[in-house]
Amino acid sequence: MSTLYALLFYVATALLVVGTAIKIRTYARTPAPLKIPTTPAPTTRSGVFWRMFREIAFFESLFKSNKWIWLFGYMFHVALALILLRHFRYFTTGWFWVDWVQPFGVYASFAFVLGLAGLWARRFVVERIRYISSPSDHLMLALLLGIGLSGMGMKFVAKTDIVAVKVFFQGLMRFQINDLPTHPALLIHLGLVALLMIIFPISKLLHAPGVFFSPTRNQVDDPREKRHLAPWAAQLEK
Amino acid sequence: MAPLDTDKAQLDVRGPDGHPLEIPRLACGAMADLKSFPAAPEHQEALGFPGELVENWQEVAIAKMGELAQKNRAFQVYLDACVKCGACTDKCHYFLGTGDPKNMPVARQDLLRSVYRRYYTFAGKYFPWLVGARDLTREVLDEWYTYYHQCSQCRRCSVFCPYGIDTAEISMAAREIMDCVGVGQKYCNEIIGKVKAVGNNLGLNPKALGATLEGLEEDIEEETGISVRLPLDEKGADILLITPSADFFADPHIDGLIGYAKVFHEAGVSWTLSSYASEAANFGMFIGSYENMREVSLRIRQAALDLGVKRIVFGECGHAWRVAYSFLNTLAGPFDFLDQKYPVPQHILEFTWGEIQKGTLTFDKSKNDEFRLTYHDSCNVARGSRMGDMPGGQFEIPRNVLKAVCNHYFDMDRDTIMESTLCCGGGGGLLTDDLMDLRVKGSSPRMKALQQVTADHGVTHMAAICAICKSQFSKVMPKFGYEMDSILSVHQLVSNAIVLTGQNAGEDDADEAGED
Ligand code: SF4
Ligand code: SF4
Repeated sequence: MSTLYALLFYVATALLVVGTAIKIRTYARTPAPLKIPTTPAPTTRSGVFWRMFREIAFFESLFKSNKWIWLFGYMFHVALALILLRHFRYFTTGWFWVDWVQPFGVYASFAFVLGLAGLWARRFVVERIRYISSPSDHLMLALLLGIGLSGMGMKFVAKTDIVAVKVFFQGLMRFQINDLPTHPALLIHLGLVALLMIIFPISKLLHAPGVFFSPTRNQVDDPREKRHLAPWAAQLEK
Repeated sequence: MAPLDTDKAQLDVRGPDGHPLEIPRLACGAMADLKSFPAAPEHQEALGFPGELVENWQEVAIAKMGELAQKNRAFQVYLDACVKCGACTDKCHYFLGTGDPKNMPVARQDLLRSVYRRYYTFAGKYFPWLVGARDLTREVLDEWYTYYHQCSQCRRCSVFCPYGIDTAEISMAAREIMDCVGVGQKYCNEIIGKVKAVGNNLGLNPKALGATLEGLEEDIEEETGISVRLPLDEKGADILLITPSADFFADPHIDGLIGYAKVFHEAGVSWTLSSYASEAANFGMFIGSYENMREVSLRIRQAALDLGVKRIVFGECGHAWRVAYSFLNTLAGPFDFLDQKYPVPQHILEFTWGEIQKGTLTFDKSKNDEFRLTYHDSCNVARGSRMGDMPGGQFEIPRNVLKAVCNHYFDMDRDTIMESTLCCGGGGGLLTDDLMDLRVKGSSPRMKALQQVTADHGVTHMAAICAICKSQFSKVMPKFGYEMDSILSVHQLVSNAIVLTGQNAGEDDADEAGED
């Protein structure tokens, strides 16, 4: 079992890293032929940086758009961030902020599940959102909820030997396979996480890198001052 | 503040549905049967597209889709990034007006995304049912044609999407793909053909144009006693004015043109129109064709070179200003042969506002007292361009000018103006009679917002700076209880209020025989 999970995590990590890197490279290399920032837009690079920061840190556009989606979505994402930070303890030792963030990570799990439940409920309750949801949209929420609930199960219901888990993952980082506890919730939890990692670069989870490459958000509003020309468009001028 | 016109204020003309942004129940298939007229073979071919549906159209369409993904980052990223959060679902005026779920921005994108997924993504290739991927069939193509011609490319959805996904980009790409397989839209493609052949959307030849301008000069002189020129093809003028051809032809557009002429006259600058580039509009954008958009833009560059002007100023037109402000430098630049002291290009409102600030213009605001005004922000100006030095200048400057020339100004609901402005319902190449049903329904959110300010402040008229908006509103306003001339050009109001040097202020029909 340990070997199976070790391999699973190697494969999942490789797919996640390589797949996402390829996608990011494609996004970065694809030219934006025209200046299309949604205006009013910042007129300087630092202004754009600030716009992106507000978008990523506060989901500014979503807030303007729909308070319920913002509430559930923001709750879920912030919780996810805290939980991820908390999980650094399986890979590191003695980093002060990892210790510091632990209790927040615990509370965050409730927000995580609540946020996801809210988003999922909207997929059933709100007619418009029900209309645009495909099976994968439901399954994605199920997957995340499964990860959250199995994780909480280990914290609040049937504890697992987290020291052994830490030994397992630190071992993986040094290419050794140590014993992984065969706690059912743990196996479910890790299996789902690996699945999530694998589908990341081939699913809508690409919104995470994608948002940085969105021309309507990341372009500077300076077309009159600076001539913007895509390489393929420059060919037309020859 | 003048006392409120109580008659108007008490007249509640709001429809039974109340709020302009009220979300309708889904009405599946409500607009499925409305198809814009397809382009005839000659209209297609004039633009370099196949005349009719090509034999291997699926192959061509799928290949084109791949090509666009490589050439346009927005297309590539937006097809991947949507999480189906639903935040955009209630943001499209066509959805609000029709209830057809395929007019929800995300659903509109999905019409194409589902096909892209099928052919270009792992999940769509192997698990199509899971991610809603589908084959490109004739039905799908027809559905594209229907619903990508029910999007005015207004970008309201992109303001509200957490990733800035711009459905307009997808619509443009879809239309480009359809053009490439031979199914273009008559309205857009015929018009682009006219620009290429004659120089403007109306097909107005230089002679007719010259005669129109002379007629206007006479009108102005008759009205004011002052000789104000509207020069055509005048070499060595400082400013080349590029304006939508509707300004030569229809009400209220033409009154706007008179306004520009008066402002230029008072500012004491020399200017000219060009018969070669007698069109500001650039429908190349609507069909997503970089090449066609570029070709139309190059006419402006050529005219500027031929006439030896120092500056380019654009008249009131929404999408034209987007193409001019955001794309002209890209498509037809660099403009290093023009005077770099001025922005290239400049909007007529930037010019007029600059003159107002300099104090060169005198106004008698009371000349506009018959109007209680509001202002409709045109989508392309609001969300795809700027005026002045500061972000948001495109909202401030028109309002500043309006307030400088009239006494009674009131804004509509904040959620329906500025960056959240609602489309007139006729933009993006939809201003055609075959789509009238859609146009009326799509304008209803804007009309409800107008009805609110009519009820609250007795607003009687709405000003706009877009040829499409003006044409659209004069058609649809009567359906909402307004006269067709309740839509005004901003420079028409400028024209009404401006007191020309030497003109006898206060006297309406100054009869100054002997002048000139
Ligand atoms: S708001 Fe953006 S991410 Fe959300 S459904 Fe609409 S297009 Fe997709
Ligand atoms: S661009 Fe405008 S018309 Fe098109 S889907 Fe978005 S909101 Fe609707």
